[in-house]
Amino acid sequence: MDFRFDLIGEYMPYFIEGTFYTIGVSLIGILLGTILGLLIGLGKMMKNKVLAFPFNLHIAFYRGTPFFVQIYLIHFGLIPALIGTTNGLVAGIVALTLNASAYIAEIFRAGIQSIDKGQMEAARSLGMSHVQAMRHIILPQAFKRMVPPLGNEFIVLLKESSILALVAVPEIMYWSRAFQGQYYKVWEPYLTAAVIYFVLTMVLSFLLRRLEKRLATE
Amino acid sequence: MIKVENLKKHFGNNEVLKDISVSINPKEVVVVIGPSGSGKSTFLRCLNLLETVTGGHVYIGGVDLTDKKTNINKVRTEVGMVFQQFNLFPHKTVLQNIMLAPMTVKNVQQEKAKQKALELLRKVGLEDKAEVYPDSLSGGQKQRVAIARALAMEPKIMLFDEPTSALDPEMVGEVLEVMKQLAKEGMTMVVVTHEMGFAREVGDRVLFMDGGYIVEENVPKELFENPQQERTKSFLSKVL
Ligand SMILES: Nc1ncnc2c1ncn2[C@@H]1O[C@H](COP(=O)(O)OP(=O)(O)OP(=O)(O)O)[C@@H](O)[C@H]1O
Ligand SMILES: [Mg+2]
Repeated sequence: MDFRFDLIGEYMPYFIEGTFYTIGVSLIGILLGTILGLLIGLGKMMKNKVLAFPFNLHIAFYRGTPFFVQIYLIHFGLIPALIGTTNGLVAGIVALTLNASAYIAEIFRAGIQSIDKGQMEAARSLGMSHVQAMRHIILPQAFKRMVPPLGNEFIVLLKESSILALVAVPEIMYWSRAFQGQYYKVWEPYLTAAVIYFVLTMVLSFLLRRLEKRLATE
Repeated sequence: MIKVENLKKHFGNNEVLKDISVSINPKEVVVVIGPSGSGKSTFLRCLNLLETVTGGHVYIGGVDLTDKKTNINKVRTEVGMVFQQFNLFPHKTVLQNIMLAPMTVKNVQQEKAKQKALELLRKVGLEDKAEVYPDSLSGGQKQRVAIARALAMEPKIMLFDEPTSALDPEMVGEVLEVMKQLAKEGMTMVVVTHEMGFAREVGDRVLFMDGGYIVEENVPKELFENPQQERTKSFLSKVL
């Protein structure tokens, strides 16, 4: 078996483009997912069980079903119903966002609930409203604790985004599959893809560790 | 100043405060003692509605806290509280801990809040700690900061829930000293404590609680030297 580095070289522009797509959709997914996740996390924490139910359902659905299923439902069902046509990129970003939001809602809830309840009591005893206490006392401390799990979620999302290849988003795995189809090669495209993902996740973990250290000493 | 009428509190089926009535006058220092689980903390926390009251009334300066229309945040600015576990805000410096509530709740200007905070730190002997984070303080220092933080709101009443129980013995004195000073300046205080020496020296009145009732109340000297109730006698024989 001869390993065709030249073919990898030929495909390199596509791999580079794919890497940008992978990073891009993951970034958008984690950013929108964080915003949505915060709202859903707050919704889940409402005392009124009836009002909290839809938020719980959202979290349960996206955590309890495979991402593969979710992306097909969104790509072939939800997006056409909303905009009248399929669009892989939109479907991919929506699916990543919704999926991430469910995990981030839980991260958010756990972060808030990990803050000693004496903190809220002290703030309220000083006359602060619930909102003021959340804003000045609880959330700043909770956000710090959310950084490591949020970083992990980003890494998970980056890997999950490979499934977007199946709805024709031109990211890393999309080009790997194209490569395989064109040259009937397996090792060259998929080992290249593996190396790119591996480097991305390693760099991310490294950055995350540095950020954690900085937050810890702050 | 504080008037409690037939106060009742239950957690589920567990009735913790059964029927508490007591009046506390301005500038009075009332010490609450009693065995563990007798409801001392719950009673104190009902005085600023950290616990929801399930029966009776609590009046602070004539305002009924159990009335749904009462603005509880407003009342709480007038009732400071000091906790056994300090509950300082770990992500803020000592100075920020003290300045935050006046600035957010009362809209005090930053410069004014800072001046006031520094003045209070001087009062509790910690002006050199203004810029550090609570983590680097000893227990006694933390509690003194917590007292300064509560005082920054210029409360009319201060509640203390076992303020020295989490401290190493050698640090108890410095906190009690600050409290004595406060009492001397005429602060109305309700203090849950196991420090019988403090009760005797500073207290105007002692309430002995047991099983959700105030079993006996009297001036310290009388209560300690001449308790009327069996339960008081047996409790005192254990702690004195
Ligand atoms: N949030 C709560 N939920 C349920 N039960 C509670 C709660 N807080 C207190 N209790 C119960 O109420 C009773 C009185 O508690 P409280 O803390 O007022 O006692 P205490 O006199 O302060 O005791 P200690 O000296 O140990 O602090 C206890 O039996 C306790 O288990
Ligand atoms: Mg207690």
